[in-house]
Amino acid sequence: MSVELDVFVGNTTIMDEEVYQFWLDGYTVNDAVKVRMEGGVLEECEASAEVLRSDTMDQYRTFQMCERLLHSPAKLANQLLFQIPPHRQTMLIERYYTFDGVFVREVLGKKLSKGTKKDLDDVSAKTGVTLKSCRRQFDNFKRVFKVVEELKGPLVENIRQHFLLSDKLARDYAAIVFFANNRFETGKKKLHYLTFQDFAFCAGQLISNWTVGALDNMLEDMDVDLEKEFLQDLKELKILITDKDLLDQHKSLVCTALRGKTKAFNEMEANFKNLSRGLVNIAAKLTNTKDVRDFFIDLVEKFIEPCRSDKWTAGDMRLYLTHYTNSAHILDTFKHQVVWDRYMGVIKSCILKMYHD
Amino acid sequence: MPGKLKAKIVAGRHLPVMDRASDLTDAFVEVKFGNTTFKTDVYPKSLNPQWNSEWFKFEVDDEDLQDEPLQITVLDHDTYSANDAIGKVYIDIDPLLSSEAATVISGWFPIYDTIHGIRGEINVLVKVDLFNDLNRFRQSSCGVKFFCTTSIPRCYRAALVHGFVEELVVNEDPEYQWIDRIRTPRASNEARQRLISLMSGELQRKIGLKVLEMGGNAVVGYLQCFDLEGESGLVVRAIGTACTLDKLIPGTGSNTITHTNTAPASNACNSPSKEIKEPVFSEDPTHPLSVPPTPLRTLPPSSSPPPFSPSKPCSRQSSSSDTDLSLTPKMGMGSGISVGKEAGPLKTLLRQQAQSALEQREFPFFTLTCFPPGFLVHIGGVVSARSVKLLDRIHNPALGNTRSYKLLDWNSVAADEPETRDAWWEEIRQEIKSHAKALGCHAVVGYSESTTICEEVCILSASGTAAMLNPRFMREGCLDAGGSDQRLSRQPPLGMVGSERAEGEVSSSWLGFDDASPPSCGFCHIPYDEFNMPFPAQLTYCYHCRRQKVPDVLFTTIDLPAEAAVTGKGCLIQARLCRTKKKAQGEVNATAISNLLPFMEYELHTQLMNKLKLRCMNALFGLRIQISVGENMLLGLASATGVYLSALPAPGGIQIAGKTPSDLSYDQHISTMQKRINDTIVMNKELYNIHPPECIEEVVGSPIPDRQRSRLFRSTSESSDELSELDLSHGKKDAFVLEIDDTDAVEDIQSLLTDAPMPAGFYSCNTEVMPGIYNWTSGLQMFTSVRVYRLNNANLTNQGLNKIFTDLCENLLKSLYFKLRSMIPCCLCHLNFTVAVPEEELIQVAVTAVAMSFDKETQLAADKALNEGSGENEEQLQFSMELCGESTSSNNQPTAKASGLPESAMTHSSSRVSSSERCSPLPEVRSRSLRSTRSLPCGAPVTVVKMTPLSFLPMTRIVKYLGIINMFFIRETTSLREEGGVSGFLHSFIAEVFAMVRAHVAALGGNAVVSYSMKECVFMENPNKNQAQCLINVSGDAVIFVRESDQEAIPPLITSGQTSTTGADGTT
Repeated sequence: MSVELDVFVGNTTIMDEEVYQFWLDGYTVNDAVKVRMEGGVLEECEASAEVLRSDTMDQYRTFQMCERLLHSPAKLANQLLFQIPPHRQTMLIERYYTFDGVFVREVLGKKLSKGTKKDLDDVSAKTGVTLKSCRRQFDNFKRVFKVVEELKGPLVENIRQHFLLSDKLARDYAAIVFFANNRFETGKKKLHYLTFQDFAFCAGQLISNWTVGALDNMLEDMDVDLEKEFLQDLKELKILITDKDLLDQHKSLVCTALRGKTKAFNEMEANFKNLSRGLVNIAAKLTNTKDVRDFFIDLVEKFIEPCRSDKWTAGDMRLYLTHYTNSAHILDTFKHQVVWDRYMGVIKSCILKMYHD
Repeated sequence: MPGKLKAKIVAGRHLPVMDRASDLTDAFVEVKFGNTTFKTDVYPKSLNPQWNSEWFKFEVDDEDLQDEPLQITVLDHDTYSANDAIGKVYIDIDPLLSSEAATVISGWFPIYDTIHGIRGEINVLVKVDLFNDLNRFRQSSCGVKFFCTTSIPRCYRAALVHGFVEELVVNEDPEYQWIDRIRTPRASNEARQRLISLMSGELQRKIGLKVLEMGGNAVVGYLQCFDLEGESGLVVRAIGTACTLDKLIPGTGSNTITHTNTAPASNACNSPSKEIKEPVFSEDPTHPLSVPPTPLRTLPPSSSPPPFSPSKPCSRQSSSSDTDLSLTPKMGMGSGISVGKEAGPLKTLLRQQAQSALEQREFPFFTLTCFPPGFLVHIGGVVSARSVKLLDRIHNPALGNTRSYKLLDWNSVAADEPETRDAWWEEIRQEIKSHAKALGCHAVVGYSESTTICEEVCILSASGTAAMLNPRFMREGCLDAGGSDQRLSRQPPLGMVGSERAEGEVSSSWLGFDDASPPSCGFCHIPYDEFNMPFPAQLTYCYHCRRQKVPDVLFTTIDLPAEAAVTGKGCLIQARLCRTKKKAQGEVNATAISNLLPFMEYELHTQLMNKLKLRCMNALFGLRIQISVGENMLLGLASATGVYLSALPAPGGIQIAGKTPSDLSYDQHISTMQKRINDTIVMNKELYNIHPPECIEEVVGSPIPDRQRSRLFRSTSESSDELSELDLSHGKKDAFVLEIDDTDAVEDIQSLLTDAPMPAGFYSCNTEVMPGIYNWTSGLQMFTSVRVYRLNNANLTNQGLNKIFTDLCENLLKSLYFKLRSMIPCCLCHLNFTVAVPEEELIQVAVTAVAMSFDKETQLAADKALNEGSGENEEQLQFSMELCGESTSSNNQPTAKASGLPESAMTHSSSRVSSSERCSPLPEVRSRSLRSTRSLPCGAPVTVVKMTPLSFLPMTRIVKYLGIINMFFIRETTSLREEGGVSGFLHSFIAEVFAMVRAHVAALGGNAVVSYSMKECVFMENPNKNQAQCLINVSGDAVIFVRESDQEAIPPLITSGQTSTTGADGTT
C-alpha cells in the first residue's frame, strides 16, 4: 500500500516556523524529517515518522506555492489564495529575505550576474550552505537590486517599502545593493577577517554621507552611486601630504594633542606621515572606479595593518583619528574643511568598525 | 420584466502576463447574463487594469435571475488572432433576491480558469432592482431564504416548521456529449460548470416554489447533491425542511401563512406483498440485550429470497435490495401504534395531535439535526434504507445527442427521467417512513440522502432518526395564538456564552404542553409501546426521572440535544470495513452488491457497538454510515459521536468467551485479551471523565423471553445450547460477550484495541459540539484533508483490506492531531469523513472538520464542578423524583404545571427581551464600514473570512445571514508533474476553492461561512498522460458575525432604528 496523494489545506494556512527554516535552508524533505525526529517532536505529540513526513511534505508544498508571492511581498497582503494572519506574513517575508552571513560574505561586491550564479556551487561547498539556499539568497539579492535600481529616493526606504522588510534587514540589503553596484572588493585574503556586518556598517556610512542623496534630501537621485563632485573635490585634499609644511604642521598638532595620552605614542609619531599619506591618497584616487573597488583593501593595507602591527588599541585608534581629523581645522592654509569632514567622518567610523581581529 | 440586474467592472489586479513580448496584458471583460453580453473597453498594457466601466444593465425575468449566474470573462485582446481567455468568475446573484440577505455584491473575485487555476483578481459591483410581481402563477420563488444550517438559524425564530421539500433535475453531462470529442478540455469544463450552476439555480427555484406553496418562507437544512452518472446523465437533487422563519426583531409579527396540504402519502409501496419480496437477512445482533433499536430477525439467512432476481423483468431497470440495516425495525411488527396502559391518555392525545399534524404530509421528514427546545419529544432510533439500482447504458449512441441520459425504463420507455429518479427516491422514503412507524414514531429527523455510483451501479441511501415531535410546531396559528411564550430560536449548544444561554433556559416552558418528561431526558424515553416492541431491547426506568422507560443504548443521526444531561465527554467513534467483491457487470454486479450490503451494515453496527462499550458510553449521535462501491470492493465507514447519557443505564463491560475452554494456552490468551479490554475501559472512563453516579439497577424486563435475550452469539456460528451454558458462566446480565473463536471476532477485538488513543489535549466528535466542553475560545481552524492510497497487492483478503482501511483512517487522524498540535487543548468538531473508490486499486478518504481550541483553565474548573457534581446531578434527580412522587396521584398533570415553575417563567420573559435586543441585525453603520474598506482598490487589506462546518462561531454572534454559498468547480491539468504531482495539483485546487468561497462571502459583505461542507470531491488522474482532473462542490451559509464583546457596545436604540434602513436597502 502506498500513499498516492496526501494533502492538508487549512482555511488559515498552517505554517510551522521550524519547517519553514528547513525549507529555506534547502533541506530535502528526508533531511528535514530526520532533523525533526531528532528534535523530539515525535515524543511530544505521539506521532510516527510517517506522520512527520506527511506533515513536512505538506508544508514544503505550501511554501513552494507561497514562494511566487514572496518574490513580490506586497502581493502577499492582498492575494486571496492563502489566508495568512499579518504577523505570519511578516515572519514569512522576513525569514525569506534573511540571508546567511557566511554566504553573503562570498558574494558581497560581486556582480549579481549569471556568471556569479553559476559559481554558487563552489560557494555552497565552501560555506556549507546548501546550493538551494544559496540560490534563493542570491536571487533575493538580485531581485532587490533590480527593483531598486530603477527607483528614485532613499535606498533603505525603497527596499523597506517594496519588500516589506524590517529596518535592519532593509539596511543590510541596501549595503548589499550598494556593494554590488560599486563592486567593492571584499574577497581578498586580507579582508577575510571582516564580517558582513562590518561592511554593512561601512556601506551605511558611505550611503548616508558620500552619495548624492546624502546631502540633498529632495530624493532626486538614488543613493546607489557615490557623488561624482565630491569625489572630484577629494583630490584637493592631496595638499595635506604634498605640501611639506602643512604635513609637518599637521603632525605636530596631532602629536601635541596625543602626547601622554597613549602608550603607542611613539609609534604614532613615527608613522604619522605614512598613515596620513595613506588616507589622503585613498581619497585622491577615488575618482577612479578601480580604486573605488579597492577602497576597503586600501584602508586595510594602508592604515589598519600598520596600526595593528604597532599594537594600537581601539582606544588609541579613536584618539588618533579624532585628533587627526580635528587638527586639520587648525591648519590656516588648509581650505577644504567641508570636504575633509565629509571624508574623514566616514573614514573614521569605517576604520573604527574595521579595526578588530 | 420583474428585475433589473446591474453590474460594473471596476478593476483588475495581479493579472497574468499574456503578451510575452511586452510582459504585459491588454485586458478587457465580457459580462454575460442569459443571452445578453456586454464588453468593457480594452485596458492596454497593464497587469492592473482600471476599467471603471459604466453600469451594465440586464432586464430579466426573476425566473432567470434565480437560475442563471452572472458570468464574467476576462480576456486578453489580440489584434491579429483570437482573443485569449484569462479566466472567468461566476457570481450567483440569488443572495440579492432576498430582502433580508445581501443588498450588493462588491469585491475582489479570483479570476478562475479550469486549466490554470486562479489568474489574478477582478473587482466587480453587482446590484439587483426587483419589481413587485403579483402574478400568482409565477415560476420564480424569489425571496425564499435558503440555509445549509441544519438547525433554526440564529437570529431567526421558527414560527412554523412545514416539513420536507425535495426536488431533482436531470440533464445530460456535457462531458459525455459527442461534441466533447472535438472541443477543448477548457470548453468542456466550462460547459459543465455552467450547466451545474444553472441546474442548481433551477433546483433552488423549484424548491422555493414548493415552499411558497406550503406557505413557508425559508428552507433550512438545505442539502444539495450531484450524481455524476456518467453517460446516463447528471442529476442534481436537493432536500430540505420548509419553515416559516421570523427575524428576531422586537415587534415583528410572523407572516400569516396559508398552509397547503400536500397529497396524502400513497401507501402502495407499503403493501405487505412487497414486504415478502424484500430480502431478509439474519441480522440478529450478537447482543439483543444491549441493542434496543435493533430489529428482531427470526428468519435464518437461508430462508431469505435473493434480493435481486434477474429473471424478473422489472428488476432490469432497478433492483431494490431494500436492505434494512440492523438498526431498522422490521416493518409490520409495530406499525399500528398501540398505547400501553402506563402511557396514559396524555400520551395518546399527544400522539393523535402529532399524527394528525404529520400525516397530512407525504413524508414527515426533517433535515434538521438540532431543534428548538421542546420540538423533539422522544427518539426511537436510527432508520435507514438502501437500494441498489442499475443505471442503464445507452443502447443507441446516435441518440446520445439529445437523449443520451435517458434511462431505459421498462414500464414506460418514454418516461421522463426525473420521474424515474423521483420514483426511486420515493420508494426509499416510503421505506424510511414505514420503518419509523414501526418504531412507534411519526416523524424522521436528522434525515439525509446520498448516493454512491460505480460504473452503472448506483446505491441510493437514506437515513434518519425516528422520532416523536411536538405537534405544536407543525400546526398553523398555534404558536401565535397560544404559544407566545415559545421561543424557537435555535437552542444554543451547551457552553454558548451569555445571552444565548439565557435563551436556553426557556426550554422548560414547553413542558406546559407535553407530557411530563423533563427536558433533559424526555427524548430518551421510548416512543414505542413496551409491550409490543418492534425489536428486543432491555428497558429500564429512566435514570434521570425514574418515571419513563428508556432503552439501554440509543443510536441517532441528530446532534446531541442541548438540554440532554451527559456524563463526561464524548468522542468520535468510527467503524470501518472493507469487503472484496468480484468484478462483474450489470445485474450480476448489482446482485453481488445487494447481497453484500446487509452483512456490511451488520458488521459496521457490531463494530460501533463494541467501540461504544469500550468507551463506556451508551449513545451515539450524528451517526452517518457511508457505503462506497468500487469495481472490486465495497467500503463502509460509520462515524458517530459517542456519549454517556445520564438518563440511560451504564453500559456493561465486554466479556470475551472462548469456545474451547479445555486448551490452557488458549484460556491464557483469552484472559490477557480480557484484561486488555478491561484496562482500556478503565482508561477510557478516566479519559472521557465518565463517572456516573451509582444507581440501583432495576431492569424492567423486555417482553422477549429470556432464552432469546441471552443469545449472545452470532446465530451463524452458534447453537443455542452452548449459549445458555456460556450465559451462565458469564453471569453479569448486561455484559457484552465477544466470542473469540470466531475469526471475525478476533478481528473485531483487534480493531477494538488498535484504535490509537487521542493524544493528550485532543478531543474529537462529528457533531456540532462536544458534550462536556463548554469554554471555547475564538481560535478555530477549518481544514480539508484528502488522501488517496494505492493498494499495490491486488489479492488482498477482507481482513487485509480491513487492516489497511483502518490504518488509513487512523493515520489520517494522527496526522490531523499532529498538524493541529499548536491549538491544544482543542477539539476536532464535525469530523466528516468521506470515502470513495475512484479506481480499482485506489481508496480515497477526504476529511473536512474544524479544530476549535478551548480554555483549559476554565475547563478544569468545569470538570471539577461536574465531578463533584454528581452532587448536582443528584439534586436534579431528587427534584424530579419528588415531582414524580407528587404527581403520582394526578399522573396526567404535566410536571411543569404541577410545579408551577414560576422561576422559569420569569427567566423566560426577561431573557426574551434581552435576547431579542441582541439578536437584532447588524447596524448599518457597521456594514457600511465593512463595505467601504472592501471597495478600496488594490491597497485594501483582504477581509478575513472564517469558515466552519458548524452552525456557529464560538464567542461570536451571527447578526445576519447573507445567503447560501453553493459552488461547483472543475480543475484540470495536462502538466501534472510540473504542478507538483497529484498532491501539488489537489493542494492548490483546494486552496483555490477556499479562496473563491472567501472572496464571494467577502463580496456579499460577510466575514464567515457557517455550515460549510465539501459535498463532492471527485479526483481522477492519469499520471502516464501527465493529466488529472478534479471536481469539487462546496456549500455553506455566508454570514456576518460580531464578537460577543463588540456586540455589547452597540446601543440597542440605534440597532432598532437601523433595522428599517436595512430592509429598505434590500430593494435598492
